[in-house]
Parts: sequence; structure tokens; C-alpha cells
Amino acid sequence: MVVDIKKEIILNHELVPKHEILSEEETQELLEKLGISKKQLPRIYASDPVAKILGAKPGDVIKITRKSPTAGESIYYRVVVKG
Amino acid sequence: MSKVIKAIKFEIMSPQDVKKLAVMKVTTSEVYDADAYPVKDGVTDPRLGVVDPGIRCRTCGGRFGECPGHFGYIELAKPVLNVLYLKQIKILLSLTCPECGKLLVDKSKVKTDAERLKAEVPKQCPHCGAKIEKVKFEKPYHFYRGEKQLNPEEIRAHLEKISDEDAHALGLKGGRPEWLVLTLLLVPPITARPSITLETGERSEDDLTHKLVDIVRINQRLAENLEIGAPQFIIEDLWELLQYHVATYFNNELSGVPPARHRSGRPLKTLSQRLKTKEGRFRHNLTGKRVNFSARGVISPDPLISINDIGVPLEVAMTLTIPIKVTSHNIGFLKQLVRDGSDKYPGANYIIRPDGTRKRILPDNKEDLAEELAEGYVVERHLLDGDIVLFNRQPSLHRMSIMAHRVRVMPGKTFRLHLAACPPYNADFDGDEMNLHVPQTAEARAEAEELMLVEKNIRSPRFGGPIIGATQDFISGAYILTKKGSKFSREEAAQILAAAGVYVDLDKDEYEGKELFSMLLPDDLNMEFKAACCQKCSECKKENCEYDAYVVVRNGRLVCGAIDSKAISPFKGLLLDKIDMEYGHEAAREFLDRVTKMCIRALMIRGFTISISDIDLPATIKKEIKKIINKTYKKIDEIIERYHKGEIEPYPGRTVEETREDLIMAELFNAVNEVQEIIKANFKETDAMVMAKTGARGSLQNLTYMAGLVGQEMIRGGRAFRGFKGRTLAHFKREDLGPKAHGFVESSFIKGLDPIEFFFEVMKGREGIMDSSLKTRVSGYLERRLVNALHDLRVDHDWTVRDAAGSIVQFIPGEDGIDPAKSSWGKLTGGA
Repeated sequence: MVVDIKKEIILNHELVPKHEILSEEETQELLEKLGISKKQLPRIYASDPVAKILGAKPGDVIKITRKSPTAGESIYYRVVVKG
Repeated sequence: MSKVIKAIKFEIMSPQDVKKLAVMKVTTSEVYDADAYPVKDGVTDPRLGVVDPGIRCRTCGGRFGECPGHFGYIELAKPVLNVLYLKQIKILLSLTCPECGKLLVDKSKVKTDAERLKAEVPKQCPHCGAKIEKVKFEKPYHFYRGEKQLNPEEIRAHLEKISDEDAHALGLKGGRPEWLVLTLLLVPPITARPSITLETGERSEDDLTHKLVDIVRINQRLAENLEIGAPQFIIEDLWELLQYHVATYFNNELSGVPPARHRSGRPLKTLSQRLKTKEGRFRHNLTGKRVNFSARGVISPDPLISINDIGVPLEVAMTLTIPIKVTSHNIGFLKQLVRDGSDKYPGANYIIRPDGTRKRILPDNKEDLAEELAEGYVVERHLLDGDIVLFNRQPSLHRMSIMAHRVRVMPGKTFRLHLAACPPYNADFDGDEMNLHVPQTAEARAEAEELMLVEKNIRSPRFGGPIIGATQDFISGAYILTKKGSKFSREEAAQILAAAGVYVDLDKDEYEGKELFSMLLPDDLNMEFKAACCQKCSECKKENCEYDAYVVVRNGRLVCGAIDSKAISPFKGLLLDKIDMEYGHEAAREFLDRVTKMCIRALMIRGFTISISDIDLPATIKKEIKKIINKTYKKIDEIIERYHKGEIEPYPGRTVEETREDLIMAELFNAVNEVQEIIKANFKETDAMVMAKTGARGSLQNLTYMAGLVGQEMIRGGRAFRGFKGRTLAHFKREDLGPKAHGFVESSFIKGLDPIEFFFEVMKGREGIMDSSLKTRVSGYLERRLVNALHDLRVDHDWTVRDAAGSIVQFIPGEDGIDPAKSSWGKLTGGA
């Protein structure tokens, strides 16, 4: 129950952008498009509060959709790492 | 015989490595014999390399400049600690068993040096059961096991027992632990510590040589005493002394060690000191280098050149050169330059033959060299008008601190800079010096011209607005020129237009300033904005503004409104911004070039001056101001009374005292604002007022200080309270909370401050100086760290931002892909 309240607070906070885990195919597609390996993506700790709520495992790629005053929405990707 | 470096490995050196690298053993502390020859086996033995021209190296046969120098070594009579590794030694000693050399703690618990230094050690060795005593480190370089002091021999014996694997687990990256205790000392080649011959013929040795002599001398004495079996205490004293000399040889700034000094009392500069800090080898010699083809000099203003130009003194232009390849197209021109030689401008200083040999052009050989010139030769010619050079002013805080200019060779001894190009450099002419660099290749020149030319940097990437623009007198001039009712005779109009480079037939007898200004605007320009002199009325009358503060440009004609800082100044200029955005950098540059010249011409025709009478107020107004101050004093007395009665309700989150201060200060600021309003309403349009309201220089606040009153001096964000017990100065009673006792200045600068007011003014002034000096230091260091962290980020071809390793930092630059240097205040404009 406590966890649920925390989850609500975190996910609905105005400074926390939308996070979602990419599927295996989407991940492959992204890496191919950028021509990089997972290691070259920006990182996020598995212990990050949002990553924990999403249940992300090391190796997953999280897509972050941020609001931007100039670009409307900007998309960012992070690979989950241990920690 | 070229070799490729595959990898570099940093390790501790083993005694075997030392012997292998060294070409000789240093055994004597003598440096020179009676004939001033280097002593054999001394620290300046000729086998260690050559520093004097004309002598061949005894080891490799190389001449001065060819022989890189050779190492020697000193065999220490007793081992000593390498003081650069004391922390490592402490870790190894305390976390391994002195008997069996095995690890006393769990590997996984000692992963960082911080953990290793704090790790708990068991009382007994888990492997051999030996009793373990705590190892203590005492500054500067002594170790104790329990109560007993360990000498370097005992430490070495302990370290020898540790296995490679365990040593690695404790953070030793390469080599054996016992190598941290020195038995052989490497002696650097004399090329690394050359001696200097003074004019008197006396030799002055390098600090390192001095230190090495000390080491060898003590080492010899220690060896002799060991030989004759001297008493233990003598041996120990000498051993300690040897340790001291070796320690200071590595680092002469160890805490707890008195630094080794030169005869003059100057501390010696030993190995660590050579590398460390801003003056050390890395930051001084490797990261920062000196360059050729550069000049430095005082700058001075020249409003008559273009903002793209840089006035270069003739002398500089004849020293700096550009290499030009001789082709069939330019051979005649270059031949003439060579014929004119290096003493006549324009000329040339050198020719370079196709085989690479350089030949200085001298009066004697210039005719011959000019004849010799053929295709394939290169001529290093003087700077000519129109050449592209880079101009820079330190501190280089942003990219506009280095911009490309076009050369204009001029008489005189200073670099001439257009005033509109000053804001990006943050330059003024109170003695500022700037640097000039001449790109030497066509590629470099093209790149500089395309990316760094002044006109291409009008828009700052910091805020997306112009950072280059008209300032000070240009703004005053623009206002004088374009304000309502400003008219000029035909003669004056001709002068103004000619100054701006506009040549048209003038058929009217009188011209309005707005008409003249309109001639510089593009024909299809349309815009509206509020000028800086806008009074911020509650309801804007737009075109019918009585202050002429609403600017309307219709089809390139200035219909109404005066041009001031809101139109053409850096940071604010909307008109300049629009022209740069819609008509291009070149148009913006041309506009600025013309506007600045037109403005100062208009200003010179009318004349512009300020005097004390500009800021003098009539007696009635002065009385009114006095009334406001007295009214405020009364209100403050009430607040203080309420405070003493305990009637003040504290604001949320503040104490009663803080609330009292807030209330008092609100009253005081209110008073100053009221005075400011009065001054604003009662000042005639004097030149001082013109500058304040157009944003040319000064502000209404400055005028209030001079004419009205200075007001509350803020010290540390509030009224002044420091000083004596309960009061700021001995002139007041204790616990006096009144305005005058805490830095309220009711005088104006014209009237003059009384001594007490002056004291508070100085207090504020000093705080300001402290703040600004502190701020520049802190922000300078912050900048350095940011630059070090970010300098290898780049935008890749796929529009991702990557670091040097190719890892992605951003998927699109700035997360929006907007180049702020092409944006309008961070936003994309309608059409783009």
C-alpha cells in the first residue's frame, strides 16, 4: 500500500517525465538506427525510483518522453544498468 | 627508423629496471673538479648527456640536441620509502599479515582506497594465526606496528611477503609492493636539469642537481659509517637524513617536512613541483603552448571602420606574414613584393624554395630573389588590407571572445576596434590589450571567414539576440536624430548621410531625422515595438504616444517612435535582431556600420554634454523630497515603537526582528521610489536624462542618487548592524533602531554625504569589491571544470551529441535541435 502511494506521487510529479520500457524489437530498431551498441546509450540505474516502479531489469531500454518549451516533446533513451 | 607507440603503461620501477635504464652508477658527491670539469661518477658526469653545444655525448656520441640524455642511478646504502606512495604502503602494511603476507580482510570489502584505509583488521591472522598489531602512520613518513617503529628495511621485508594477487586486490596497479621502498634511485639525465652559466662565468646548477648532490653526500656518509661499524644512533640519524633528502627530492611540499631550501632561502623546485599546478609541466607547457604568427597590443576605438575590420599598425603588418604560393597568376605581384623587400610596405619577409629552404629577404639579395622566383615557390608576404585574422581578448569566456576580422593597415601603434564589436569581447579602451593571430593556410582562412567573422557572430548563442550593436553615444545620437521634431537643414542632412555612406540627391531644404534614418532601412521592413524610453503608461496609445516611444516601421520608413537602445543596442536591439534574421548577417553588418556613423554625426552636429545643472533640482522639489523623508522617519518611529511594545506580528517563517527589518526597509525603499518618481516627473530633457531614458548610459537610479538621495545602503542583504555592541558607530545610542544609525543616506551626491553616511557608503563599496573578486574566482573555476568535462562533445552526422568514445549524450542537440545562435531569444521565428 505504501509503495502504491509513493508510486502515485512519483509518477504524477510534474518534474517526472513519461517513462516506458521498449520492447526487444523496438530496442533493436533503435540501436540499428543509431548504429551503436547498448553500451553507448545514456544510462539509468535499476535503483532509480521510476525504473523500480516500471520493474526495469539491467539491459532494458527506457524511452523517456519529456515536455519541452521549444520542441514540444523530446524523446530520450536510457539503458538500465545495475545499481 | 620510425617506431609506433602501441600503448603506454604506468608502473612502479623495479631496481632491475633502474639498472637496465641507467648507463652509470653515481658514487661521488663532487660535481666539478679544480679545472671546472665535471667529475667522473658525479651527478653531472658527461655520460649522462650533453647540455653544451660542441661536445659529443660519452654514451651515444650524439651532439647537443641529438642526444636525449641518459639515466644514472644511486645505490642507496640503506633503503628509504618512496614518499609518493605512503598511502599505498600504509594500506599494504595494515591489511596483510607480517608473518605470512596474506590478506587479513575480505577482498570484497576493500574495493576503494577509502574502504581500505578504514577497514577493520582482526586481532589474529586468519591464515597463520599470528598476532596482528595495528599499523600506525605518523607524518611525515614514519610507520609503527603497535609501539615499535618500523624502519624501511623491515617494511620492505614485510612487503616482499605479499603475493602479487593480494597486492593487486589492495589496489597496486603494476609491479611488486617492495618496489615502493627504494633501494636504487634513478638519476635523471642532465638534459632534464641543465645548469645555467651566468654572465659572470659562474655556474648555477638546477634545483634537482642540488638535491641529488645532497642525496649522494649523505648516502656516502651512511655507507662509510656502516663500513666502520659506527654506533646504532649515528646510523639511524644518517638514515633519517637520507630519507629526508629523498623525500624532498620527490616532493618538497610534504606536510610535516620542512622544505629543502636553496642558499638564498628559496624552497627548491623538485620533481612534484615541476609537474603540479598551473605553472607546472602539464598545464603550463603541455596543455598551453606559445604560438607564432601572433601579435599583442593595446586597443583603441575607431568608429569610422567597419565592425568587421581591425586596424593593424603598420609595424605589425610588416612583421606578420602570410605564405602565398607562386602561380602564373600572381607571379608578377609577388615578384614586386619581393623586390620591395621587408623594409618597404607592402613587401615580403621570406621566400621558400620548392626544396623547402627558407631565404630571408634582405636589401642585398632582394633583386636576386625576385629574379629567382618561379612557380612552386612560396612567398611570405606582409599582411595586406582584407586579410583574415583572428582577434581575441582574455578571459575567453565564450566563443565570441575570438572572432575573425578583416585587416586594415593603419599608421599608429594600437589595434583599432569598432565600438560596436566591443560587447562580445567585453573590451574597453582603458588600456585593454588584445591578441591577433594570422591563419597560415587557405583552409584556415576560409573557415575563419565563414564561421568566425564578426558579422556572423552578431547573434549570441547564449540568448539568441544580438551581442554586437550600438552602445553609448550611438544610442544618444540615434535618439537625438530620430526623436519627435528633430529636423536638419539640407547641409546637415548631407553631412549625416555622407557619414553613413548614403549618397542621394537632396531636394528639400529641411529633413526630419526619421527620414534620414529611414534611408538605412530595407525597403520592405515592417515592425512595431515599444522603445526603451517608453513610460509604461497603463494604457498604450501606440502611434499617438506623447513620448514618441512607440516605434512603427512601415515599408522601410520610420513612421513614428524614436530609435534608442531597444532598437539597435546589443542584448536588446529588436530592429537589429529583425534585420539580422530576415536580411542576413551582411545586411545587419552594413546597417550597423552605417547607423553608428550616422548617429555620431547627428550627435556632433547638435552637440552633447552634461553638467551639474542637468541634475540640479529647484528648491521646491528639494523641499518636497525632505518632506517625504521626514514622513518616512515618522512611520519608522511608529514601527519601532510597535516593536518595543511587542505588537509586531511576525511574518510566516520569520522572527519578530526580521519582520521589523522588513517593515522598516519597505518604508525606506518606498521613500526612495517616491523621490525617484518626483525626479522623473520634474527633470527637463537634459542630456543626462536623455542618456538615462534611452539606455545609452546610466539609469534613473543613478540620477536619483545624484539629485535626490542615495537611500538605504544594503550590507549583506539588509541594514548595517555590525560594529560595536548594539550599535554600528560610537555616534549612536545602543539599540538605536532608527534609519540613520543603520546606513540610511538621506543626502544626495550633489549635496554630499555626512561622515557617517560616507562610512556606510564605503561599507557597501567594500562589500561590492569583495563579492565581485570572489565571484570571478568561483565562476572561473566552475568554468574550467565544465570545459574539462564537456570539451570533447560534438554533434555527429546523425544529429546525435556524442562524447569522444562515441557514446550518446543527447539524441538531438539541446533536446530540440535549435541552434540558439540562429534563434530569436531561444525560439524559432514565424517564417523559419
